[in-house]
Amino acid sequence: MRSRSLFAVAASLGIVVAACSSGATPAPASPSTAPASVAPSTAAGSVAPPSVTPSSNLPTAIGAGEGELDIIVWAGYAEDGSNVKEYDWVHPFIAANADCAKVNVKSADTSDSMVSLMAGGGGGLYDGVSASGDASNTLIARGDVAEVNVDLIPDFKDITPFLQSPAHNTVDGKHYGVSHGWGGNTLMWRTDKVTPAPTSWDVTFDPAKMEAYKGKITAYGGSIYVADAAVYLKTHSPDLGITDPYELTQPQFDAAIALLTAQHPFIGKYWEAYTDEIDNFTTGATVVGTTWPYQTNTLKGQGVKVDAVVPSEGMTGWADTWMLASKAKHPNCMYKWMAWMVTPHVQTQVAEYFGEAPANPKACAELDKVYASYGVKDFCTLYSVNDKAFYDSISFWKTPQADCGDSRGQTCVSYDKWVTAFQAVKAGS
Amino acid sequence: MTATTPNAPPPPTPAAATIPAGLRRRMLAALYRRPRAQILLLLTPPAGWFGVVYLGSLALLLVTAFWTFDGATGKVVQHWTLDNFGQLISQPAFRTVAQRTLLFAVAVTVADMVIAFPIAYFMAQVASRRTRAVLFMLCLLPLWASYLVRVYAWRVILAPNGPLDWTLGLFGLGPAGLYPSDLGVGIVFTYLWLPYMILPLYAGLERVPRSLLEASSDLGARGATTFRRIVLPLVLPAIAAGSIFTFSLTLGDYITPGLVSNNQFIGNIIFEQQGVSGNLPLAAAFALVPVAIMAVYLFVARRLGAFEAL
Amino acid sequence: MGRWLLRAATGAVLAFLYLPIATIALYAFNAQRIQVWPIREFSAQWFGAAWDNPSVRDALALSVQVGLVSALIAIVLGSLAAFAIHRFRFFGREIFSLSLVLPIALPGIVTGLALNATVRTAGISFSTATIVVGHATFCIVVVYNNVVARLRRSSRNIEEASMDLGADTWQTFRFITLPVIRTAVLAGGLLAFALSFDEIVVTTFTAGTQETIPIWIFNHLRQANQRPIVNVVALILILLSTIPVYLASRLTTSNETGGRT
Repeated sequence: MRSRSLFAVAASLGIVVAACSSGATPAPASPSTAPASVAPSTAAGSVAPPSVTPSSNLPTAIGAGEGELDIIVWAGYAEDGSNVKEYDWVHPFIAANADCAKVNVKSADTSDSMVSLMAGGGGGLYDGVSASGDASNTLIARGDVAEVNVDLIPDFKDITPFLQSPAHNTVDGKHYGVSHGWGGNTLMWRTDKVTPAPTSWDVTFDPAKMEAYKGKITAYGGSIYVADAAVYLKTHSPDLGITDPYELTQPQFDAAIALLTAQHPFIGKYWEAYTDEIDNFTTGATVVGTTWPYQTNTLKGQGVKVDAVVPSEGMTGWADTWMLASKAKHPNCMYKWMAWMVTPHVQTQVAEYFGEAPANPKACAELDKVYASYGVKDFCTLYSVNDKAFYDSISFWKTPQADCGDSRGQTCVSYDKWVTAFQAVKAGS
Repeated sequence: MTATTPNAPPPPTPAAATIPAGLRRRMLAALYRRPRAQILLLLTPPAGWFGVVYLGSLALLLVTAFWTFDGATGKVVQHWTLDNFGQLISQPAFRTVAQRTLLFAVAVTVADMVIAFPIAYFMAQVASRRTRAVLFMLCLLPLWASYLVRVYAWRVILAPNGPLDWTLGLFGLGPAGLYPSDLGVGIVFTYLWLPYMILPLYAGLERVPRSLLEASSDLGARGATTFRRIVLPLVLPAIAAGSIFTFSLTLGDYITPGLVSNNQFIGNIIFEQQGVSGNLPLAAAFALVPVAIMAVYLFVARRLGAFEAL
Repeated sequence: MGRWLLRAATGAVLAFLYLPIATIALYAFNAQRIQVWPIREFSAQWFGAAWDNPSVRDALALSVQVGLVSALIAIVLGSLAAFAIHRFRFFGREIFSLSLVLPIALPGIVTGLALNATVRTAGISFSTATIVVGHATFCIVVVYNNVVARLRRSSRNIEEASMDLGADTWQTFRFITLPVIRTAVLAGGLLAFALSFDEIVVTTFTAGTQETIPIWIFNHLRQANQRPIVNVVALILILLSTIPVYLASRLTTSNETGGRT
């Protein structure tokens, strides 16, 4: 009797399955609600045809704001003074743009979750995103972001030349956003618990060096962290012949995963939410590992004894772009936001607050005056704002593709394999 | 779906007043003679909601597990495949995670049973009516306090040099090293789901007649014998009911493991595949693992009479 | 001796249950933004900061709205289902009663993922409405359980007497059945509201950009320097929740003593 009723459940499920699958239809593309003055070119159309000139149907002026703005950001990119009073560029934005009176900020932990959020609900939930290179090209290729008319961004002309049309946001001569800033994933440690001060990533990859800090080492939990292992192998296993940590052939990739698997038992906790790293360095649950300058700044600001360095092997990094969603409900407000974010004063605040090189060097004049609580002397020299050689030395996050992008052809490991492999590493097997 | 529904629940529809009493009476009388029509009226709204919204969604989840995820475009393609299940079986990591989660579900359920019993017994059989009411409220209250904030509070408690280590230090012990750790996750899970075990267990124990316990001891049975021969069989349905919660909540949680340990549980994999990679088909396939486990569990719990004690 | 052991165990369990809540209360008064132990300096400044935070109020309003609508849907559908199951024998009755329990018997992530897949596949956009649908679905069972338990315990004779004495079905329902089940419906509704109010997993999978209180808490716990405000909000919510908890326990105990109906 009981088994029969369970069988009946299965049968009834089967019926619903049939009924449902026949009725399932692919999500219809929702029409863009953009007003006529700002009609972003539909991304699908603008990606495919190979052209070298901007599309003709771009907006020629920024229209009236739609009253609201929904953006996805890296933590610290849209501060409203609630974290540190002096750092507030959201309220001044609202004050300057009464027609965009409500700014809703969603902070994301990884590039993957940014991509996922932008596509969520068929797109259109968010107006824009501060995407790193491992998300920006994906978003462009998938048509989730729209081409942007950079003529509508007054400060665009002042952006560092090498960031005006970089490959991570400019495809086929079309701009898909405005560069925001850049920096590297440095090595941070608790100065009172880790001695001598590390200068190499070996403290997080070499078992002999890790032993002293076993269970107190941290690493980034996003799949892109595989590239950090590749950067280390590039120096320490030259026979693998790694040229670009994002373009890994199968043997190179396997070596990186093997390194991460060997690292796993020494990890106390991976961090994805940056606050996790702040918590864990505060309590001493973790004492050494990769970081963003943001955490280092915050921890120093709270009196925790930490320091950070660019290790001898070099580092991975990010170059971020403000991008406009192709189905944005408030495209005018997003244009206004993009224009706002590259003005010198805002660039000053965000660069200092997060700890990165601003895309607009005009911020340097103000930055060098030593501003507010995190003031760093000679900020722009320290962060190598105009140093193209330093910029070129950083392995910026980008999406790994099957196509190696060189003579090796289609022999590289694509990103979806990075995700599953790194997930397996973290699962501890 | 008018106001003539005979056993319509509150609030009574205001429309009832607008129908003339005579007509209403005649319609009701007609309806009363037709139980089939009554069932239909009662059943259609909840069954419709459940059939369409819930069972429909579950069915779609099952179907999605057979679709394909295109890693290049990040889109789900409605192309039938068994690959997702192939990955589940072939990836040792997924197996490790499933085993770990199942082990924790069992351990947490047992721990909650042991911890819940004394307080539930005290409330049901020993405490005065007034004390009982207060204790009942005290057990219910934590469920209203934000789940997330309580997990974060545990992080503070378990952290190195936190309140726990500090207290242990007073006795020259420690550090406990519970954060980050799997044991820490076990403690937090046990804590979080404890009220879900106490409340049904209390309800079950309350129905055990005191006279029965007295009779048992009068006849010479010791405490342990009374417990094993009288109490346990009577409250088994209640324990089974409580364990449905503790078991299922452990199987699906991804927030606590992410915050307290460095290890992954079933929920973490599902959440990452769906929320981070956008690989809905693989997430759906993995979600069927806890569904299958719970199906077996529910089957057993039903035999033990848990559904009457929920 | 056994009595004392039992008392001690009860006390220990209560201490265990309230340890984290005490921690929250303590850190709500922590002057510093970082949570270190022991607390060096106490301050009530965060209460003012929480009061001035407009996003908390928005989230609170949304959570109350979602909770009320979900509880209302659950009350209607859960009571209907309880009557159908209790009063009638029909084809598929067993399956129906089993499926009602599924949303709380299956992990929340399964319910969430299933609803998420449906919303995506149907091309609907995530909104407050999708949150309500998700919440109502797992709330129905709570009301259903309460009402069906009450119906099982109450006698049908009194209803039959009412009909024999000439009352019509509506009158019988209004004056006999409703008073019997009223407290059960209300207690179920309160519990449904509570479940909805603290639900995070299903909400994460069914919400768009909306912030319910748990989502607000989740987002703010993960921002540097926002912990103290979150602790304050959590503490206030715990204190406020004593009201419905008290009401709910009054409703259930009044039934045990035969009811005040």
